[in-house]
Amino acid sequence: MDTLNFIVALGMAGAMAIMLARLFAGPTLYDRVLAANSFGTKTVLFLLVFSAIAGRQDAIDIALLYALINFVATIAILKFFRYRSLEIALAQMSLRRAVEGEFDE
Amino acid sequence: MSWVEIGQHLLFALSVGSMALGLMLVLAGAIGVIRMPDFYTRLHAAGVTDTLGAELIIFGLILQSGDWQTMAKLALVGLLLFLTSPTATHAVANAAHRAGQMPDLAHFRPKHPRDLKDPEAKA
Repeated sequence: MDTLNFIVALGMAGAMAIMLARLFAGPTLYDRVLAANSFGTKTVLFLLVFSAIAGRQDAIDIALLYALINFVATIAILKFFRYRSLEIALAQMSLRRAVEGEFDE
Repeated sequence: MSWVEIGQHLLFALSVGSMALGLMLVLAGAIGVIRMPDFYTRLHAAGVTDTLGAELIIFGLILQSGDWQTMAKLALVGLLLFLTSPTATHAVANAAHRAGQMPDLAHFRPKHPRDLKDPEAKA
């Protein structure tokens, strides 16, 4: 069983390396955001498999925290590069645009 | 061989199969991300395979783990990934579409066969 976990951990490390390559090579911003998000998902899986290999339960908590931070970071990066601001709530953005005459489709 | 041993072997086989399939899906998604020609195809490769691959690997780990606390925490991580991964993928696709990024093949329209000049060229 440990052999299988080790193989899965190696596969996750390889997938993380590939995601890093796309992160640095990505032609557009969205390629990089996608690669960062996918890298975070693979990091979560690597942490879970690591906790099974090393027998450490606290790695699962770290993985849970990492998944939460990963999702929030992705949404925050996308929001910043769309509106160039993080100060106003997303719900108010479409309202403001509608008031200014620029309607969302 | 008692029933308990049969159950243990069954759990072991299920866990190995689930984790191997999940590893294969995640690696296929990673290779797709590095090999695909276009942003939207890369998004497809990463987003679709990551969700199922992550769930399968977490399912295999749940089957391995003995105590209920580890199982509950793993299931919590799995539920979180199951909810957030498609949402993040959709957000990235929506942001790219709103920013005006088009697929590479959007301007490629192959001719309909009835519009071809000579019928011999259809083949």
